[in-house]
Amino acid sequence: MTTLIWIAAALVVIGVYLSWTAGRLDRLHARIDAARAALDAQLLRRASVAQELGTSGLLDPAASIVLYEAAHEARQAAEEQREVAESGLSQALRAVFDDEGQLEAVREAPGGEQTVTELTAAVRRVPMARRFHNDSVRAARAVRRHRVVRWFRLAGHAPFPMAFEMDDEPPAGFGDRSGGR
Amino acid sequence: MRIGIVCPYSWDVPGGVQFHVRDLAEHLIRLGHEVSVLAPADDETPLPPYVVSAGRAVPVRYNGSVARLNFGFLSAARVRRWLHDGAFDVIHIHEPGTPSVGLLACWAAQGPIVATFHTSNPRSRVMIAAYPILQPALEKISARIAVSEYARRTLVEHLGGDAVVIPNGVDVDFFARAEPREEWQGRTIGFIGRIDEPRKGLPVLMRALPGILAAVPDARLLVAGRGDEEEAVAELPAELRSRVEFLGMVSDEDKARLLRSVDLYVAPNTGGESFGIILVEAMSAGAPVLASDLDAFAQVLDQGEAGELFANEDAEALAAAAVRLLGDPARLAELRERGSRHVRRFDWSTVGADILAVYETVAAGAAAVATDERTGLRGRWGAARE
Repeated sequence: MTTLIWIAAALVVIGVYLSWTAGRLDRLHARIDAARAALDAQLLRRASVAQELGTSGLLDPAASIVLYEAAHEARQAAEEQREVAESGLSQALRAVFDDEGQLEAVREAPGGEQTVTELTAAVRRVPMARRFHNDSVRAARAVRRHRVVRWFRLAGHAPFPMAFEMDDEPPAGFGDRSGGR
Repeated sequence: MRIGIVCPYSWDVPGGVQFHVRDLAEHLIRLGHEVSVLAPADDETPLPPYVVSAGRAVPVRYNGSVARLNFGFLSAARVRRWLHDGAFDVIHIHEPGTPSVGLLACWAAQGPIVATFHTSNPRSRVMIAAYPILQPALEKISARIAVSEYARRTLVEHLGGDAVVIPNGVDVDFFARAEPREEWQGRTIGFIGRIDEPRKGLPVLMRALPGILAAVPDARLLVAGRGDEEEAVAELPAELRSRVEFLGMVSDEDKARLLRSVDLYVAPNTGGESFGIILVEAMSAGAPVLASDLDAFAQVLDQGEAGELFANEDAEALAAAAVRLLGDPARLAELRERGSRHVRRFDWSTVGADILAVYETVAAGAAAVATDERTGLRGRWGAARE
């Protein structure tokens, strides 16, 4: 009789542990979804402001074309080309705005101040959102690699989480804060 | 935004994290956000209207010093009630690894959680042992903030993952506008910090002092901070003791005035610093800074651009640098100017905007903060048994 009780108790403990781990994993997946949504929002915001700048006529024609092209690419890219296209936009922004005079010129134009504020905010928040996203991916992966999770298939059908890798280095003078990166 | 901030250390005891939380909360309130701070405090202590007490803190030996922490069933219940009543868009937990209300809040909450890691403890046995316990709580954090690149590195080493670096904030204008006091001026060297804590480096400065006074006989050292004054000057030759003035504990106003008055501020700390807020305060007040070359200090001083560095614990190097600087008014003026310019990035207007950007980033893709009811767990468990 006691043996039976012990076995039942052990099963209960195992059950609780498995259920708790599944809940933990579920929460981690929810966190990734939220972080990915936030990252998408920031990337889209950045591409929109860049595209707006490209068509505003505030920049010289060559810079306008480069910026418009890159922003358009980034917005239209298919999921598997997204990382490359967004990196391309970062490079275009650096090519255009590494010269600090350019930013000043935009700022002096009517309505330019607001555009610059939006652009700097978006450019600063992309690396932030990406860090938070990749951090959540790492946390979920660490749990998913666990033996118990693999044996009991606690992750269900959720796809294996992938980090978002891109070049998000801001142009010089944009994110100029100590250790801001 | 409705923002909940959790401070793990007792509100009655002054400390770096408490001041940071206070200034952050007041800054956010000025910007029109709704802020509630949960912190351990004695029930009799008068609290500012935005602070909610999480109960009395008990002194516990933790991590090499006595910390006043708060845990147990009563506190856990208070944390839950605070989360429930607050209905926050985001909660910001400070030092979530400390066994106090921060960790309890991490357990009890779900939704957008931001956490700031202030200290950068070297990997300890406690941390390794506690890792499996901490991990499920810490992995709920959606965004991590480290106060310096150095703190971020240790965080990544210990816990993996990544963090954004946002430095601690200072009200730069409060220091910049302080009135200098005449009796603290004229070849004065300033030191602020606990006298009896060797980590703060006063002994190094005391060893360097004879060398400094030999070259600059009219120099004076002004020391502000708690501790045994007799013991501090015990190693100093008797005839030099009159050149050291102890001011005891000073108010915030007097601290600012002291920093405005001195010719040189020396930070000889020997280790255990993850940021160096005092250097930022000194630069805000326009004091030229001479600091030991700790990682954290080098970063705050922009690798020696905004202030001078000397080899850590090397009293002779400290003396040589101090003598050179005190004899070179042009260099001092240059350091004042560079420091004042560099320090703008630590002003609350900049730091607060960055922290708000983090809040908005994590709150954008998620529902509001709620208590983690675990009904899912019970429901699943019930279903599994039937």
